[in-house]
Amino acid sequence: MYQYDTHDQAMVDARVAEFTDQVTRRLDGTLSEEQFRPLRLKNGLYLQLHAYMLRVAVPYGTLNSRQMRVLGNIADTYDRGYGHFTTRQNIQYNWIKLSDTPAILADLAGVGMHAIQTSGNCIRNTTADHFAGAAADEVADPRPYAELLRQWSTFHPEFDYLPRKFKVAIIGSETDRAAMKLHDIGIQVVKNAAGEEGLRIHVGGGMGRTPMIAPVIREWLSPLQMVSYLEACLRVYNRYGRRDNKYKARIKILVHEIGADEYRRQVEDEFAHILTLGLEPPAAELDRIKAQFADPAFDPAAPDAIDRSDPDFALWVDQNVHAHKASGYGIVTISLKPVGGIPGDASADQIRLMADLARDYSFDELRVTHAQNIVLPHVRKADLYAVWQQLDAAGLATPNLDLIGDIIACPGLDYCSLANARSIPLAQKISQRFADVERQRDLGELKLKISGCINACGHHHAGHIGVLGVDRKGVENYQLLFGGSEGADTSIGSIIGPGFSEDGIVDAIERATGVYLARREAGERFLDTWRRIGNAPFKDAIYG
Amino acid sequence: MAETLIRLRDDAASTAPVVAFADLSEAGNTAAVRLSPGDDARALLPLLDQLTLIEVEFPAYTDGRGYSAASILREYGYTGELRAVGDVLVDQISHYRRVGFDAFAPNQPITREAVDKAIATWPEVYQRTVDGRAPIWAARHG
Amino acid sequence: MSAERFKILTGNDLLTGDVTWWTGSNWSRHVNDAAALGEDAATIIAVEEAARRVVSAYVIDATRDAEGVRPAHIKDRVRAVGPTVRLDLSLRADDPAATTWIA
Repeated sequence: MYQYDTHDQAMVDARVAEFTDQVTRRLDGTLSEEQFRPLRLKNGLYLQLHAYMLRVAVPYGTLNSRQMRVLGNIADTYDRGYGHFTTRQNIQYNWIKLSDTPAILADLAGVGMHAIQTSGNCIRNTTADHFAGAAADEVADPRPYAELLRQWSTFHPEFDYLPRKFKVAIIGSETDRAAMKLHDIGIQVVKNAAGEEGLRIHVGGGMGRTPMIAPVIREWLSPLQMVSYLEACLRVYNRYGRRDNKYKARIKILVHEIGADEYRRQVEDEFAHILTLGLEPPAAELDRIKAQFADPAFDPAAPDAIDRSDPDFALWVDQNVHAHKASGYGIVTISLKPVGGIPGDASADQIRLMADLARDYSFDELRVTHAQNIVLPHVRKADLYAVWQQLDAAGLATPNLDLIGDIIACPGLDYCSLANARSIPLAQKISQRFADVERQRDLGELKLKISGCINACGHHHAGHIGVLGVDRKGVENYQLLFGGSEGADTSIGSIIGPGFSEDGIVDAIERATGVYLARREAGERFLDTWRRIGNAPFKDAIYG
Repeated sequence: MAETLIRLRDDAASTAPVVAFADLSEAGNTAAVRLSPGDDARALLPLLDQLTLIEVEFPAYTDGRGYSAASILREYGYTGELRAVGDVLVDQISHYRRVGFDAFAPNQPITREAVDKAIATWPEVYQRTVDGRAPIWAARHG
Repeated sequence: MSAERFKILTGNDLLTGDVTWWTGSNWSRHVNDAAALGEDAATIIAVEEAARRVVSAYVIDATRDAEGVRPAHIKDRVRAVGPTVRLDLSLRADDPAATTWIA
C-alpha cells in the first residue's frame, strides 16, 4: 500500500502546526467561535451532543497495522476506550477535548494519518471498494487513482469553499461495493477491448434530502487526464452550484436543474481550457503510485483447502470470507455488528487486536468498509482458523455479513447534534429480534440501513430495507422504506406508509420478512421479491 | 500594524475609479473593475489588456466563487492587480495567494506579518496553480 | 402533569466540550443545577461566550418533575444524561431508569 514520502509527511506536519495555531488562537480569544467553527470542521472537529467529536480520515479505507494500532491507542489515551467506524470509511471519536486535538493530530501524523477535509464544504476523503487489490472480480485496482485524487484534493486552493461538501468514490469492478453512483462524483475504472485502463465518470449522485443516482457524464476518460477533468467538473460546480439554499447546494441539484447534457457541455469546455494549463501529474507519478499498490508476495503454493470440521468456523467462512484473486487466499470481513451491539463501534483492545491480525496474517493491511466493518484483505486459507479463533475470543466473529443483522446505522440522537431520532437502539432491537443466525441466513442478503435524520449518513435510501428517524412533535418516529440498493443495481428506496414507534418498526420489519419468505421464488433476495411483487403485499401485511 | 489594504506588488496602486461589473458596458475605457460572486470572470477577458485593477468581492469568506474567478483571470494572462475585497480572513490568505490574488482589502484589518506567515503555511503544494509554485509531483519527477 | 414551563440555558464547555447548564452564577454539568432564566439570556450568553467559559449556548424550555429539572425536548434530555446506548459512560451510570427519563 501507499507509503508517505518526505513530501507527503511535510504536508501533514504543516497541517498539524496550522491547526495547533488555530486552536491556540481560539483558546486565547483571537478567534471567535463563529470564525473557528469552519476551521475546525475542515479538520473534522465537530461539537456534538456530549463533547467534541473528531473524525479521522482513512484514505480510501486502507490502513496498515501501525496506523490501526495508533487508532486504538488514541481511543484509550484521549477518548473513552472506543471508536466508531463510519459509512465513509473513517473513524470518529466521541469524547474529545479541544485542548487535546493538537496532540492527537501529532500522534496521527506520526503514522501518516490526519483529519484533513473530513468535514466542511470541500472535497472530502475519497472512498473506494474495500476489496480493492484483492477481489476475484476486479478489473483494475482503483486505489492508485484514489491516492492521486487524495493528493490533488488536499488543500486544493480553488475548491475549499464549495457550495457544499463534495464526495468522490471509486471502484474497479463491475460489482459496486462503494455505492459509487450515490456520490457527487463516482468513478469506475474499466478496460477497453485492447486492455487499456480508462475511467467512466458519473457526476451528481447523492443521498441526503434529495437522493439521486449519478448519470454518466463521460464514458471514457484517459487516466492521464483524470486530474484535469475533475478540475473542470469542480470548477463548473464551484461557479454555478446553488448557494442560495444549502439544501439545494449539492452538485446533484446543479446537474439535475441544468441537465446532464448541459453540465457535460460546460465541463467539456472547461476541460479543453484546463488541458492547456499543464495541471496533470505526469504518467511517471501514476506509475510511482501504482508500484506501491503492487500485489504483496502471495505464496503460489498456498493450499486452497479449508478444514471445515468446526461447524461454527465453517459458518463464519461461508458468511464472512470472500473469494480472493490469488488462489489459497481469502478476504476476511470482520463484522462490527455483534447481536445487540452498536454498529461500527470497536473498543481500543479490539482495534489493536485487528491491527495484530493484519500484521500477522494479512500482509499488514486492513480496510474499513462503508458498511462499518473491517476487512483483512489477504489471508491465507490455511490461516483462517487461527484468525477466526482470535476474533471469536474478542467478540469479533459474528457470522452475519450482508445479512439482516449486518445493519448500517448512523450515530443518531445518542451522539449527533443533527439527529432527530436515535438509530443505534433500533439497530440493537432489530439484531436481537433476528439474533438466530440460521434465521438470518434463511432470509439471505438483506441490507438494512438506518439514519436518524434526513441527511442519510446511515444510507437509508440505499437499504433493501431502510429506516429514517424523524421527530414527530418531540417524539421519535420511524419511517420505513423498501427497495433501495447501493450496488451495481443502484436504486432509491421509497417510504411505504405512515411511521412507527421504535417497537412498532421492529414488528413491521419482521412482518415484511414474512411476506418475503412466503412469496419468494428460487434465488430471489428480499430486494428481488419486492421489486417483482411491489409494495402492496408488504403494506397489507404491515398495516393490515 | 493592521492594515486595510495589503499589496504584494511593487507598482503603485491604481487610482482609477472602480466600476462595478454590472456597469461595465457604459463605462468605456475602464481600468479598474469589481466582480461580485455571481459575475462571469470570462466576460472580462476582452478587457484584460486595459485593466490594471480587478477587485473580487467576498461578501462572506465561505462563498468560494471568487477563487475560480481569480484562477480564470490569471490563466488567461491577466497581470494587473487582483485584489480580494471584503470578508477576507487570515486563514484563507494562503489559498487566495495560490489562485493569483496579490492584494487584500479585508473588512477587518490584518497585519502584513500575519499575511506573510499565512502565505508560508504550506512548505510544498500538491497542485499546479497560477502562482507558479512547483507541485510535489514535479519535485518527484524532475 | 401540568408542570409549569420555564427557560434554562445550556451549552458546552469550550475546552472539554462537556455539556453544561447555567446555574444563575456559573456552569454545572448537572441539569438539576440549572436555574430558571429571567429576561437576560442574551446578555449572559454574550458575556459567557466572550469569556470563553461556554460555546454554542442556547435557551431551552424545561419543566420540573419528581427527579428535578426536565428539558422539554428529548435532544436536551440526551445531552443531560449521555448516550442511552452507553449509559456506563453517562452521568447516570448503572441507573436503568435513565433511559425511561430520556424517552
